[in-house]
Parts: sequence; structure tokens; C-alpha cells
Amino acid sequence: MISLSGVSRIFRVGGEEVYALFEVNFSAASGDYISIMGPSGSGKSTLLNILGLLDRPDQGVYLFENEKISDLNENEQAAVRRDRIGFVFQFFHLVPRLSAAENIELPLVLAGVDPDERKKRVGAALKSFSLADRARHRPDQLSGGQRQRVAIARATIMAPQVILADEPTGNLDRTSGNEVIDILEGLNCQGITLIMVTHDPDIGARAGRRIRMMDGRIAADL
Amino acid sequence: MQVEDILRFSLRAAIGNRGRTFLMLLAMAIGVASVVMLISLGESARLYVTGQFSSMGSNLLIVLPGRSETVGGPPPFLGLTPRDLTLEDAKSLTRSPAIRRVSPLVVGAVPVSWQQREREIVVIGGTSDIFTMRDLTVSSGTILPTLELGRGEAVCVLGYKAKQELFGHEPALGQKVSIGDRRFRVVGVLAQKARSMGDDLADMVIIPVASAQALFNTSSLFRILVEAMSEETIPQAKKAILGIIKDRHEGEDDITVITQDAVLSTFNRIFRALTMTVAGIAAISLVVAGIIIMNVMLVAVSNRRSEIGLLKALGSSRQLILRIFLAEAVLLSFTGAIAGLMVGVGGIKVLAWLFPEHSIGLAPWSPVVAVVVAIATGLLFGVLPARRAANLAAAQALSRR
Repeated sequence: MISLSGVSRIFRVGGEEVYALFEVNFSAASGDYISIMGPSGSGKSTLLNILGLLDRPDQGVYLFENEKISDLNENEQAAVRRDRIGFVFQFFHLVPRLSAAENIELPLVLAGVDPDERKKRVGAALKSFSLADRARHRPDQLSGGQRQRVAIARATIMAPQVILADEPTGNLDRTSGNEVIDILEGLNCQGITLIMVTHDPDIGARAGRRIRMMDGRIAADL
Repeated sequence: MQVEDILRFSLRAAIGNRGRTFLMLLAMAIGVASVVMLISLGESARLYVTGQFSSMGSNLLIVLPGRSETVGGPPPFLGLTPRDLTLEDAKSLTRSPAIRRVSPLVVGAVPVSWQQREREIVVIGGTSDIFTMRDLTVSSGTILPTLELGRGEAVCVLGYKAKQELFGHEPALGQKVSIGDRRFRVVGVLAQKARSMGDDLADMVIIPVASAQALFNTSSLFRILVEAMSEETIPQAKKAILGIIKDRHEGEDDITVITQDAVLSTFNRIFRALTMTVAGIAAISLVVAGIIIMNVMLVAVSNRRSEIGLLKALGSSRQLILRIFLAEAVLLSFTGAIAGLMVGVGGIKVLAWLFPEHSIGLAPWSPVVAVVVAIATGLLFGVLPARRAANLAAAQALSRR
């Protein structure tokens, strides 16, 4: 469902061109569980950003479900992010002034879904992520693990085909981290493609397919 | 995203940052309040002056001796022309069917005394019609008797203040006062509020016009007040006056006729311009408010970079983010405008209560202007910050911790 061919991303740093990604070829099938590992600055996050349409490649072709992303305009790309991709971040990125339920609801609000429908789906999500008693708490009243669970609930509320997770356990202790990984793996079992950047070799090793990046290239793909 | 959701989201963002929101509301409220108050004061001043003119009496024309090319300029003074207006001129005007009443006027200042008290007071020679035409009422006694134009009678009506100064609390009716070297019987005292066009009629004495001419030893008139039959016949009356007097003055146009609406429209123009100028000055504070809004919104955009990145990751298009931030600017401008409106209206009420005699009131269109301008300001100065938010690169916005 996802295919990158010859994708490069170039940053200009003080007049010098630096390749964050260099002619990367990558593909993922529906339902894959892929971990991306590698040292800092190896291009993991850039790859994830390009996969998530948050960044544009400077060269190469990106096909998402056989659709050439570079052919889509800004609005159509936003719609792809909204309807087909869920993001989970290391720093949660919850809106601090909104409650847990409202944070989960946000993608539905942005998509213009009717309030009744929103309420139903948020209620179901709160229940399935064991957050029902935390619905009205603001992010600063939640523990790290709870915050990441809210973020995952938000990422899945639009029923995406892919979840892109950028170090989802990077800011959590061992126990909550494992809990979060269990949830993500559970979603993968339901057929959602899971692509996860991580520093943690133990977590990375759990993935069905493990990619190692080095200097903007894919060094290993197991 | 549905409109009410955009508004709710912006409202939550505004409530989420009280200091910033307060600053923006304050700036906009001050701007709107000053616009509303200054426009209202300007309008009140205009209405006050035109009201004063209307109190001269309706459908009034003023005939002055001498020619003046400008309308509404300072009238020429008595004695500047070789040919004076006379009582005969005044009498002849009544022939025109467009003219209802004619009141010739003679004015001069002479010493007026009763017993030991003596004051230099302005004496007006008029007829009984002047009371009707200038809307004067007496608080006691009667107005001047209706006499044939050339006939004098030794009676007078005292202005309120003149009566106070000559008689104090003693009754004046029936008493004889000395005006110049003659004695006049007091038949009436003007009501206290008799005031028009800045001439304080309270400090005057009114006697029959022929008596005044004898007193001042003159046959000329200061001016003639003419009341037209109706508003529509004012131009006709003006033409008739010019024609009749020209005939009587051997074919020479040597008078000036001032119509009330000519004077009124001049004053209206002057005060409109004045109000606009003052409103323009007040509008500067709205521009300042706009710049504050722009600055504060720019700070908000850089403070909320990661939130904007998140909104993009969750599927907001550029237009949607533009709309969200514009909605926030407009919402704050609007709320500020409403607050300012309340302060402005309250301020006008307080001023009206403090100075009831100046008939200060809210200009009905000023709130509309102020609120529309405030929202336009919010939109205008909200565009730049909103565009900056919309153009943020999502990946960079999210990576900032």
C-alpha cells in the first residue's frame, strides 16, 4: 500500500546540502508491523514525516495506495492525513486546554463530523482505551501512559489504515511503555499497518519487519 | 470543520490564555469606546446648534438691510447702507400671500431703572408677533398688545433676568420702569427658559417697535423677521420680499434675506465635518488596537507552533488553519467592540446626566460604525498572523519541543 522509490530529502545547512534521505526505496504492505531504528540524524524521523505527508520529498516518487502523492494538492493531502493516517508522537502533542475526550474528538471536529456521531465514537474510544474515568481530565492531570493512550485514541478515531508512531515510548517509563506498545500491537492485529520509529532495541525487535537506517539510507531490512 | 466548531475552538483558545485575551479586548474596547463617544459628542453638538436655530421659530426668514453675497456669513451691521429698512417696508411685506407674519425689530442698549436700581439693558422694539415667531412665553402677565405698526404704547415685557435685577423678589407687574428718558408700564415677565441662538433674551426688555423707534430717535429697523405660510412657500416668500423691497427702494437690491435652512445647512455641514474629523482621530486608536491584535496573534502563533503542526497532522488544510486563526482575531475584536460599546454608551449616559442642558445623546449610527470597523480591523490585522500559522511547515512545527 505504501511505496517509496528513489526518495531523497535535502536540507540546506549554511549553504551546504545535506541529504537527510538519499534515494530511499521502501514499501509496506497492508497490515505490516515495521520498526525503524538507527542513530540520531540517520533520517528515521524524516522518513516517517514523508510517509505521513508532513514533509515533501525533493526527489523520488511516493505512492500511497497506488496514488502518486505529488499529484495531490494541499487540500487532498490534508484529507489523506485526516482519513487514512494516524500519528502518535513522542511528546504526545495533546492540546493542553482541551480535556482528554476533547483531544480524542479533535480529528472528528476538524473533519466536520456531526456532534451526535462524534459523541458516540469518542465514548466508544474512551471505553476501549480504558480512559472512561479520565474523559474530563486535562492533559496535565494525566500520567504519561494515560496521555499516550489519549494520543493513540485520537490517532485511531478516524479509523486510519496506517499508524505512524515516532518514538511512542520515548517519554514513558518501562511499564507504561510496554502498555502502549501492547495497545499498538493490538491495533496492528486488527489489520492496521504500524510503522514505528524507536531507539529501544527491545521494542524494535518485537516488530515483524525491522529496518535500520544509517546516513539517510536503509542499511538493513529484516 | 463546521462553523460553530471553529468558533468554539477559537473561543477555547482565547479563554485558555487570559492575559493575551485581556490585552486584545482592552485595546479594542478603548478604540471602540472612543469612537462611539466622540461621534456621539460631535452629533450632539450638531443637534444642539440646529435645535437652537429651530427655536428661532419655524419657516423663518430674516431680512437685513444691506447686501451680503455670502449666505450664513456675518450679517452687515446697522448703518452700513444708505437706504434703511423702515416700518413702511415691513408693513408692505404683509401684502404677499406667501407671508403669514412680519415682525420688525429695533435693538439698542439704554439704561433701565426702577426706583434706585439702574442697569444698562438691551431694549428690543418688536410687536406681539415676535412672541409667537420666536416661541417666547411669559411666566406672568401678558405679552405685548397687538398694535398697529406705527403706534407706540408705553408698555414693556421684561426678560426673566432683567426682572430679577431690577425688582429682586418684588412683583414687577403694573410697575413703571424708566427706559431711557421715558416711563413704561410692565405688563409681563418672560418665562425663564426663553433663550435662543445665544442671545440671552432673559437679559432684555421688549417694547412696541414704534416706541423703540421714538426712544432711539430713528426711523430705521435693525432687521425684519418674516414667517412664511409654510415650509414650501419659503422660496416664494423670499422672492416676494426681494421684489417688494426692490420696488420700494427704487429698483435697488439692497437687502439680504437669510432663510433658516440656508443657515442650518451651513451649520450642519460644519458640524458633520467636525464630527468626521474627531471620529477619524478616534479611529487612530482602532488602528493601534489592530496593531496590538496583530502582535499578540503573532506571538500566539509562535507559542502554538506545535499545536498548529498537530492540527496539520490531524488533517487540517491551510485554509482551515487560516480560518481558525482569523476566527480567533475576529471573535476577540467583536467581544472587545461590544465591551467598548458598553463603555462608550455608559460614558455618554454619564455625560448626559452631568450636563443635562447640552442635550448629549448617543448617535444612533455610531455603534454600528464602531462595531463594523472593529471587526474589519480584526480581520485585516488578523490576516498576517493567520497566514503565518497556515504556512508553518508541519514537520518542523512538530519537532520543536
